[in-house]
Formats: sequence, structure tokens, C-alpha cells
Amino acid sequence: MPLIDISDLHVRFGPVHAVRGVSLAVDEGEAFGIVGESGSGKSTVLRAICGLAPTSAGSIRIDGQTLTAPRPPAFYRRAQMVFQDPYASLHPRHTVDKVLSEPLAIHGFTDREARVERALNDVGLGQGFRFRFPHQLSGGQRQRVAVARALILEPKILLLDEPTSALDASIQAEVLNLLDRLRSERGLTYVLVSHDLAVVAHMCERLIVMQHGQTVEELTRAELQAHHAAQDYTRNLLAASEGFTRAAP
Amino acid sequence: MTLLAVDNLTVTYPSRQGPQSVVRNVSFTLGRERLGIVGESGSGKSQTGRAILGLTPLPGRATADRLEFDGIDLRAASPRDWRALRGARMSMVMQDPKFSLNPVMTIGRQLAEAARRVASGRADARDRAVAMLEAVQIRDPARVMAAYPHELSGGMGQRAMIAMMLITEPDLLIADEPTSALDVTVQIEVLRILDDLVTQRGMGLIFISHDLRLVSSFCDRVLVMYAGRVVEELRAADLAQAQHPYTRGLMGCLPRIDADQRPLPTLQRDEAWAR
Repeated sequence: MPLIDISDLHVRFGPVHAVRGVSLAVDEGEAFGIVGESGSGKSTVLRAICGLAPTSAGSIRIDGQTLTAPRPPAFYRRAQMVFQDPYASLHPRHTVDKVLSEPLAIHGFTDREARVERALNDVGLGQGFRFRFPHQLSGGQRQRVAVARALILEPKILLLDEPTSALDASIQAEVLNLLDRLRSERGLTYVLVSHDLAVVAHMCERLIVMQHGQTVEELTRAELQAHHAAQDYTRNLLAASEGFTRAAP
Repeated sequence: MTLLAVDNLTVTYPSRQGPQSVVRNVSFTLGRERLGIVGESGSGKSQTGRAILGLTPLPGRATADRLEFDGIDLRAASPRDWRALRGARMSMVMQDPKFSLNPVMTIGRQLAEAARRVASGRADARDRAVAMLEAVQIRDPARVMAAYPHELSGGMGQRAMIAMMLITEPDLLIADEPTSALDVTVQIEVLRILDDLVTQRGMGLIFISHDLRLVSSFCDRVLVMYAGRVVEELRAADLAQAQHPYTRGLMGCLPRIDADQRPLPTLQRDEAWAR
């Protein structure tokens, strides 16, 4: 049985039909990618899983259980989200310690001290960063804090919304390596949303390509690497991500 | 033929710790070609582009041993000289059309305003604006002329801005991350428009970007900047044979679709690069 099972999901925001019938199934321990351009509804699918976007029709099941709205606290101990922009997703007047302690307080953990220390070590930041404010950190360090915040409740599922697209290339490599290592150490399940095919190909075993709120096609990593795309849209994306090509004169 | 010559360009900002140079001793020449400037955030690439146009914001100061555009010494240019140059002979495309277009003017009025410098009258300015929108592959120029910036998608807005900068047929265009806010497929279309302008009109283009792979596939020559300094200058085709460890590190740390390398090599920064 798949861990995350989405069938025929529709999301509407007033007159806008952002997601039109997306189905996907993610097994435990798998990394699943969603690729698309802006406005394709890829982030909305992720936000719908998390309960941040309304489900208009269809169902989302985790471990066979249909999710209810609002999500129960137990859901957030199983699934957490990392957002795109670490400059916007951390509270500017909360220290790293406060950011990391808050989920623990909400969920009634008592060993907060030890967990905060461990979370910082896990993401490679060390204790020196514990009482800093976000503005005292670089972009890559902030995204590490965001990952630590998501992992502090020890969830099994991590929803990653463009986790590296606000970062420089060299920092992106570090964050991707961190995510890769954490997944293999803890057997996490990832759903990764990105506009960058190369990032998804690096991180995910399977992926779907979305356009206008619908699934264009589903591919495995091997198919993507071999450029075996059935749909024209995916082929265009693949060609565009190779860089600029001058038409033969 | 040299269009732009820059020698020892330095941009300095005052700070509590004394003057901080964000661009240090940058020298290059530009002909009628595509020159890429690549670097990560904070490397000084955008400051270099702005300094060439005399747009270093106060309290910053740009100094150079030589800053010459088509034989004109830009260091000694008066405000009047700058007005004659900016927009007419050298112009700049900014990163995000959302913040660079006037939100309370229609695209048509903004374009016509730029066209007035070269057009004979109001009607001519309008005709030129429509023609320019067609040239940047906007299929429905009448609708775009009447639209306000918020009514356009990012790709359309960026094309409108490129049209605005090109309507005066400048000799030099500085494009500061012109495609970073755009989707990959739209990005390629915008680059194609810029490419045609360089090859057909013989414009000089400075293309500033953080995307090494994109720049190497688009430009003729690439300057790689690190901590305000040019660490390497090379032909785009020779990027694979880059000598400087920073350039090689930047190339290496990008994930690739057809290579499965894990963990990704990370960039080990060396203090000496910044010196």
C-alpha cells in the first residue's frame, strides 16, 4: 500500500481551478518529484497535502486513512513542509532556538533541550547557531534551519516546495546533499516540487510533469535520464533545461 | 572594434568598518558581441553593470582608470551627457518586470514615451511601439499596448521591457538577470530575441547571470566574478576547460539530468580567491 495516495484531486480558489484531477501514489521511503512551470499547480498539490490549500474534490490518503480538514495534530508529526524562500519562512524576531522549540511545545514534548541540540547537529549547523536570529544567517544556513524545524518532530514524510531555488548553485549542492543524507539515514519519504528538472532528476526516483493543473506524464528517473519523454511538453522542458541552442544557420 | 572599454573599475561603499569595495579592479573590453558576467549573489556582477551606466546608488562610488563607451569618457560625463546616452545609446534590462515597469501606466504609454526620443511624432511613436512589440514575439500587440503591467504574465512583461529598452536601438544593452524570473521555456524564447538583436543589429550585449550553464550556451565570452573580482575570463566554448578552481567548482556542483552523481561535489572556498 502506498504511503501517500492522492486520487483525482481538485483544488479551486474561487473561479480559479488550480488543480484539475491529479492522482499520484508515493511509497514509503521513496522520493517523488513534481515538475512544472509557474502556475502549473505543482505547489498547490503539496499545500493540499499539508492542509494549506482546500480540497474541492478527490481524496488524499496517508497510510490508507483519508485526511480530514482541519488536519489533526498527529498528522503534523508524520508530515512536515519545507518552503521555498528561507528569507520569508523564518520569523525575523525569533531565534533559531525559538523556531525549533515551538513545534515541540505545541506537540507537548518534554525533552526539548536535547532535541533542539540534536536537530542542529543533524543539519550540520552546530550549537553556535542556536541563539542567532535569521538575519545573522546566510541563505543556506537559513534553509538548514528550515529543514531542522521540519525534522524536529521526526516526521516520516517531508514535503519540499522548491527547497533550493532561492539559493546559489554552490549552496544548492550542499542542501541537496543534506536532504539526500537525511533520507537515507532515516528512511524518510519526500515529495519534492521544483521547476528544475535537473534537481528533480538528482533527488527523485519517480516524478510527474504538470501543466495547467493537470498531469502531463509520469516518468521514472531512468526514463528522464535517457530523455524518453512521451509528451511534447516534457521534451520541450528537457530541451530548455539543456540551455540555449542556436538554430543552425 | 571596441564598443566599451573598462579598466580597473572599482565600486566602493562606505560602512562602519571603513570603505568596502564590492567591485575591485574589473577590466574588460566589449565589442559587438555577447559577453556574460557570471557569479553568485554578492559577487559584484550587478554592481558592475550599474556602474557602467553611471547608476551606482549613493553613497556608493564608482572609480576607474578608464571607462570609455564608443570613444566617450564616461567618468567625466555631465548629467546632460548621461541623458543623451542612457536609453538612447545604452540601456539596461532589469531582472523582474513586476518591479521595473511603471504600475500605473499602460505598456503602450511607457513604450511610446521611450519611442518619443526617436520618433517624429506621437503617431509615429505609437507605430514604432507596436512594431517593437511584434519584434519581441508578442502575438497580440494591441491588447498588450492597452494593458497595465499587472495584467501581463512574467514572460510578457519581460518582453515588453526588452521592447522598451530596444526601441531606441541602443548600441549597448546590459541585461541583468533578464530571464531569472521566467520559466525555462519562456527563458529560451527571450534569449532568442536578444540573440537576433546582437547578430542582426550588431548590438553589444552584457548578459549578467548566476546561471553558468545558461551563460555558457548563450554568450561568446564569459567573465567569472567572485567577491568583486574577475577570477577568470574565457571563451564560453572553453568553459569545460576552465582553469580557476571556483569556475570548476561552480560547474561541478550543478546536478545534471543524465549524470547520477551523489553526493554532489560541493564548492570548497579558498580565502586566496578573494584577495
